[in-house]
Amino acid sequence: METNPLMSDMELVYRKPSTLTDTPFHYCPGCSHGVVHKILMEVVDEMGIQGQTVGVAPVGCSVFAYNYMNVDMQEAAHGRASAVATGIRRVLPDKYVFAYQGDGDLAAIGTGETIHTVNRGENILVVFINNGIYGMTGGQMAPTSLLGMVTSTTPYGREQSAMGFPLRITDLVAQLPGAYYVTRQAVHTATTVRKTKKAIRNALEYQKLKKGTCFIEVVSNCPSGWKMTPTEANDWMEKNMIAYYPLGDLKVPKEHS
Amino acid sequence: MIVHDDEPRLMKGNEAMAEAAIRAGLQAYFGYPITPQSEVLEYLTVEAPKRNFVVLQAESELAAINMVFGAAGAGARVMTSSSSPGISLMQEGLSYMASAQLPALVVNVNRGGPGLGTIQPSQSDYFQATKGGGHGDYHLLVLAPSSVQEMADFVFDGFRLADEYRTPVMILADGALGQMMEKVALPKAGSLPFTPKPWATTGKLEGHDRNIITSLFIQPEKMEQVNLQLQEKYKRAQKEVRFEAFHVEDAEILLVAFGLAARISQKALEMARERGIKVGLLRPITLYPFPSKVISNLVENVASVLVVEMNAGQMVEDVRLAVNGRRPVSFKGRMGGMIPSPDEVVHEIELIAEQHRVVQV
Repeated sequence: METNPLMSDMELVYRKPSTLTDTPFHYCPGCSHGVVHKILMEVVDEMGIQGQTVGVAPVGCSVFAYNYMNVDMQEAAHGRASAVATGIRRVLPDKYVFAYQGDGDLAAIGTGETIHTVNRGENILVVFINNGIYGMTGGQMAPTSLLGMVTSTTPYGREQSAMGFPLRITDLVAQLPGAYYVTRQAVHTATTVRKTKKAIRNALEYQKLKKGTCFIEVVSNCPSGWKMTPTEANDWMEKNMIAYYPLGDLKVPKEHS
Repeated sequence: MIVHDDEPRLMKGNEAMAEAAIRAGLQAYFGYPITPQSEVLEYLTVEAPKRNFVVLQAESELAAINMVFGAAGAGARVMTSSSSPGISLMQEGLSYMASAQLPALVVNVNRGGPGLGTIQPSQSDYFQATKGGGHGDYHLLVLAPSSVQEMADFVFDGFRLADEYRTPVMILADGALGQMMEKVALPKAGSLPFTPKPWATTGKLEGHDRNIITSLFIQPEKMEQVNLQLQEKYKRAQKEVRFEAFHVEDAEILLVAFGLAARISQKALEMARERGIKVGLLRPITLYPFPSKVISNLVENVASVLVVEMNAGQMVEDVRLAVNGRRPVSFKGRMGGMIPSPDEVVHEIELIAEQHRVVQV
C-alpha cells in the first residue's frame, strides 16, 4: 500500500472502512442515518463478514442505503424489508442478514411483517431508525410522531383523539418470544454512538447463535423534517423523543445478562 | 424436454404441481392458505423435512411474495401459489420482481370473483395475469394448463422460463384443475438444470462489485432504459408461444379457449362435428406471449370465431385484436364460478352455423 509521505510518521487513528463506498451521503446535515450507516458498516468490517453479509434497504430516506453500504443488498417494497430479509435468510441460513428500516416503513405499513418476523424468531438483525416523521416524502406524521408534534399532516399538532398515540413498537417487539435481543439506543453524542455500535456488534455476534431476532431501535433526529438546526434537533430529541422512547435494553439474552 | 416417470399416478392437480416443484429442484416455497389451492402448501410442508427445501407459511400473501422476492434475489429456485384474492395481494411484489428482474414461479388457482367471490373455478383473472396486474409497464409470462399432467409439466417449464428470462412466471390454472384427480406421469427429479446466477445477493465476492437487487431507478433516463430492457425481453419471449390446435384444417368455425374451457370446447367440438358442423379449436397454452399470429393465420380460412371462457369476456379482446375485424368474433362465457356445459357451447356453435349457413348437409 502506498503511504502518504505527509502521514508517514503519523499513527493511523481513523480510516473509512472498505465496507463503505466512496459515494457521499445524500442525507441532510445533522441526520442520524449517516452515523448509523457508518457504525453498522464498521462492525461488518471489524468482524470480517463483508462477504457474508446481505442487507435490505427500505422505502424512506435510507432507500439508497445500498449506494453507501458496500455489501450485497436488496431494496424492498415499502414495509416489506423484514419479509424480504426472511426470504434471504431462509435460503442463506449461514449468512448475516439485516433489514434497515425507518418508522413509517417498520411501524406503519410494515407492522404486520415486523411483528411476524420477530415472532418467528427469524435470525436477522433489524435496525430501526425512529425519528418520528416521514422524512423522504416531506415531513408527514409517522406512527411514532409525538403527541402535539407539528408535521405537514398534523399542522395543528398530533392529537390523540384523531391520530392515536405514538407507537412504542420496540416495547411490543420485546414481548415476543422470538425476539432474542431488543435494545433502544441513539447516536446524538459520542457516548451514545459507542453504545449503539456495541449493540450492533452484539446483535451480529448473536446472529451466529441462531436463537432469534435482534432488534435495535435508534432514536433519531430529522432536522429538515422537524424544521430545526442539527443542534436544536438533538436538544429537542433528547428532551422529547428520549423522554417518550427511553434508551436502554428491553430484552437481553439470559446467557449474556 | 421433460423426462417423465414410466408409471403414471392418480393425483390432484394441486398435489401434482407440488410434487413436480420438488422434482424441479424447488429450494424455497412461501405461501398462505387459501381455497382452492391450500393442498400445495400442505403437500410441501409434509415433504420439506424429508426432501430438504425451505417451506414457510407466511402471515399474509403480501409477506409471502416479498419472501419470494428475497429468496429469488438470493438466487434460490423459489415458488409461491395462491388463489385470486391472494394473488391480488401479491401484485405489488410481482411488479417489484418484474422490475428487479427476479425469476420465480407463481401459481394462481383461479376462483370466481370479484371480491371474496366464490371458491368455484373461474378464469376471471386473465386480464390481471396477462396484462401486468400491478403498477408499471411489465408482463408475467403466463402458462395455462388444461390437465393435471400439464399442471405438473408447466412447473418445470415455468421454472425454466423464469431463469432464462429473469422474470416471474405465472401458471394460471383454476379451481377445477387444482382439485380434480387425473392420471399424471410426473416429471423426473433432477432433469431441470440450475443456471448460474452471478447477480444474486449471496455475499459480496472479494475483488468483485457488490450485487444490488433493486427496482428503484430514480433518474427517468435510467428508468426508461430499464423499461426498454423489459420490453426487449418480452419481445424475445415471443418465441415461447405455445398452443394446441384440433381439427383446424377444415374448420369453418374456430373455437378459441384456454385451460378448462378448452376441455369443454373440445367436447363441444366433437358433438358439433357429429352434427355435421366443421368446428376447429385453438387452445392457447401461453397466454402471454399470446398466439396472435397463429390466430391471425387460421382466421383466413374460417367463417367465424367463437371464444369460450369462464369469465365475462377477457381473452376475447386479444382474439379480436388478432382477428382485426376480418371475421365476426362471438363470445360464450359463464361467470362467478359457473362452468359452461358442452351443450351450451354447442348451442352457440349452432347459432353461428345457422347465421353463416355452414352446416354440411
